[in-house]
Amino acid sequence: MSYLMIFIAAIFVNNIVLSQFLGICPFLGVSKKISTALGMGFAVMFVMTLSAIVTFLIYYKLLVPYELTFMITVVFILVIAALVQMVEIILKKVSPPLYQALGIFLPLITTNCAVLGIAILSIQKKFGLLSSVCYGLANAMGFTLAIVLFAGLRERMSRTKLPAAVKGAPIALITAGLLSMAFMGFAGIGG
Amino acid sequence: MSSQSVQNLTRGIIRENPTFVMLLGMCPTLGVTTSAGNGLGMGLATLFVLILSNSAISLVKSLIPAMVRIPCYIVIIASFVTVVDLLMAAYLPELHAQLGIFIPLIVVNCIILGRAEAFAAKNNLFQSILDAVGMGLGFTLGLTSLGIVREILGSYSVFGWSFAGEGAYPLLLFIMPPGAFIALAGLIIVFNKLRGENK
Amino acid sequence: MAERQPLKSNLFNMAAVLVIVCALSALTLAYVHKKTEAPIKAVKDNLELRAITEIIPEGFDNNPFAEKTYITTSDHKRLTMYPVRRDGKITALVIKSYTDKGFGGRMEIMVGIMLDGRISGYKLIDHKETPGLGTKVADEAFAGQFRGINPDRTDLRVKKDGGDIDAVTAATISSRAVIDAIRRAYDAYTTFSAGI
Repeated sequence: MSYLMIFIAAIFVNNIVLSQFLGICPFLGVSKKISTALGMGFAVMFVMTLSAIVTFLIYYKLLVPYELTFMITVVFILVIAALVQMVEIILKKVSPPLYQALGIFLPLITTNCAVLGIAILSIQKKFGLLSSVCYGLANAMGFTLAIVLFAGLRERMSRTKLPAAVKGAPIALITAGLLSMAFMGFAGIGG
Repeated sequence: MSSQSVQNLTRGIIRENPTFVMLLGMCPTLGVTTSAGNGLGMGLATLFVLILSNSAISLVKSLIPAMVRIPCYIVIIASFVTVVDLLMAAYLPELHAQLGIFIPLIVVNCIILGRAEAFAAKNNLFQSILDAVGMGLGFTLGLTSLGIVREILGSYSVFGWSFAGEGAYPLLLFIMPPGAFIALAGLIIVFNKLRGENK
Repeated sequence: MAERQPLKSNLFNMAAVLVIVCALSALTLAYVHKKTEAPIKAVKDNLELRAITEIIPEGFDNNPFAEKTYITTSDHKRLTMYPVRRDGKITALVIKSYTDKGFGGRMEIMVGIMLDGRISGYKLIDHKETPGLGTKVADEAFAGQFRGINPDRTDLRVKKDGGDIDAVTAATISSRAVIDAIRRAYDAYTTFSAGI
């Protein structure tokens, strides 16, 4: 699979949120405003690309040589949690403006199943290092695209009168469903 | 059983139902419920992990320093998830293949870490197990009912038992990704309606 | 019950507890892993063995797993190949092929090719096609079209693309994907037999 194909497939065809159902919690939780959605999107891109590199190296340099591949879930979730903490501390020291922008989203990312999910999936797909990084970045971009579009729709929606029964969660889910339907139009492109 | 225990058991099933009220663990909820059987399987796997993790954490809570409690809980939960993952791969291979990536992802299901932190870290073993059973059953209930609705509409069958003839054209949308969102929205509306009438 | 205070968060306590928790976790998982290793491998082999039995209806009397080798396609992709024998003579090759063109991404397909180049059948091993639509490529109505044909003499494309294969209604993408996987297997087969 060429690198371009990885991007197209991950962003449009098999969008991580709308067709693979990873990262639904932040997708529903931090999507009331476009600005926060963008912040979350960039934080996820940052962490997911980094974690793609780190988990790849840990898996092939540590778990495989010592035949500990069954520990993958335990090790990966710990690595991701530690990575998020480290990114938070480093950002705070090195780039306060960036920390201001992304800081509040970072703790939420540890429990974002998209990060762990993508790390495990790129191992399962037997990707090389570069492909893993592309796959991580591409999926994070797919996540950002989906959450920003969704936040745009919800901003509009918040100004309309809705029947009491669908207020809150139901209308959000229906909107997500329609968005997901739109993305189905990309199905079958390349692969 | 004291009224407190009854409350701990039933809290997760109705008042704080993880699927319909708290909207927790949405990834597996939407991702695996293409059939009733998958929903039930995922629900039971989560219930199992939840009981084990709540019990373990309730037992060791006084041995864990506060500042490292989250990493410890995560390791404990991830270990139980891996045990379930390996056992399912060995003895329930078909279900394991269907649920795929969502089995290791039980680790990051907010329900499990949430109950560990909010309940098991503060209560004794018995109450923690009751809480786990209640929450787990509530989650299983949510996933199974969503699975049943999607399977009925999307493939005209229930638990694999088909009720339509050969040439029937079911509403395939409901077993595809958009149908997951829409069916869940419908179920939440119905659940809120029922709950509102019981008040 | 009087609540016991948790251990103090000093450096020694924290490090010690983390190490102990991780060690216990590793020990438990190592034990469970050891216990489940054999059954998990059996499940996987069984799946592929069942597929081979279905692809080669005439039957075979060797253990294809013992003779498993790898062959490469003309564009250097490595595929697993299981030789199938009767009375010691190879009668067909079962090739584990794949395609990335499925509706749900990657599909893995076992393809049986007889020694004269005819396809004896195929079986889906792993896929994420839409239930009730794309999954119909496993049904006899579609799969039967490939039995006994030689890809050199039959145009292996769906009719929409000008070929000879009837695609599954409303699942052209899945149908094309299966053809892609079969072509890959056949390509590996011809590359392999040209080398003998």
